[in-house]
Amino acid sequence: MTRRIVVGAHYGFRDWLAQRVTAAVMAVYSVVFVVAYAVAGPADHAAWRAFFSQGWLRLATLLFFASLFFHAWIGMRDILMDYIKPVWLRLLLQVLVILTLAGYAGWAVQILWRA
Amino acid sequence: MRISIYRYDPDRDEKPYMKEYDVAVEPGDRMLLDLLVKVKAIDDGVAFRRSCREGVCGSDAMNINGKNGLACITRIADLKEPVELRPLPGLPVIRDLIVDMTQFFDQYHSIRPYLVNDEPPPERERLQSPEERAELDGLYECILCACCSTSCPSFWWNPDKFVGPAGLLNAYRFLADSRDRATNERLDNLEDPYRLFRCHTIMNCVDVCPKSLNPTRAIGKIKEMMVKRTV
Repeated sequence: MTRRIVVGAHYGFRDWLAQRVTAAVMAVYSVVFVVAYAVAGPADHAAWRAFFSQGWLRLATLLFFASLFFHAWIGMRDILMDYIKPVWLRLLLQVLVILTLAGYAGWAVQILWRA
Repeated sequence: MRISIYRYDPDRDEKPYMKEYDVAVEPGDRMLLDLLVKVKAIDDGVAFRRSCREGVCGSDAMNINGKNGLACITRIADLKEPVELRPLPGLPVIRDLIVDMTQFFDQYHSIRPYLVNDEPPPERERLQSPEERAELDGLYECILCACCSTSCPSFWWNPDKFVGPAGLLNAYRFLADSRDRATNERLDNLEDPYRLFRCHTIMNCVDVCPKSLNPTRAIGKIKEMMVKRTV
């Protein structure tokens, strides 16, 4: 058993707070999106494109995805910290998660601004 | 009443096994501990800790029908037969129902469970207003039986790094004390992805606490103090 003196690593609090804030952002976006959808009611592809060509909705959607990916990163990191014991494997998986989420973020931007 | 008890003597047994005992419940028997004492009369090899036999010392914490609790304040009438008794989960077993609590107490000591105040002491005691004293209710009653920490999955996975519900409840007990002066050092000591933030509010701790305390609430209060300090 390790007999080290334990002190805090002086991080973790911001991540925890960010997870709460991003959750709130996603909740607000969900409500706003449902309302905007109900009002506009895009029925076909052209209408969907016109719906998403609105600048504010693009920006809000981008904000939503940014929140989602940051939220997912903290959640995935927590899961890996809980269950993956070998440090090299944990680091490897964490890097893979970051790359995947960064890829998704780039993809989201591409989709939103493709029109 | 049939009681099935986890038996393991590392010197003699290759692996743990469950052994059944039948004991007669007499009118004077109220709590599970009464029956355990009877089992001990049948088979004096059964090992368990007990001391005050009234829910104050926290010695006879064990896993009773799948839920952690104190044998001395668990009513026989509330138990489903056969009663299955196992040691507290997640800690190394020394023998039968006795576990090695070293890791649990290491975490408890790491939060400095005492008042830190370097100011010269007043002539008489350091006074608290009734409101300041009320802040400690629901915190100081912890008897360190380890029911909560050993029911916490986060403590199972990282007992060497996560302080655990009992340690964190006690950490807040000193953070909330108006006489303590080490608030910043205490928060620094806890600001760690493992030490504090392994708590995922599963709330098993609240579910099992035999003293009806709420470690999850105390952990939330610690996070609240960090928000106030940082934001």
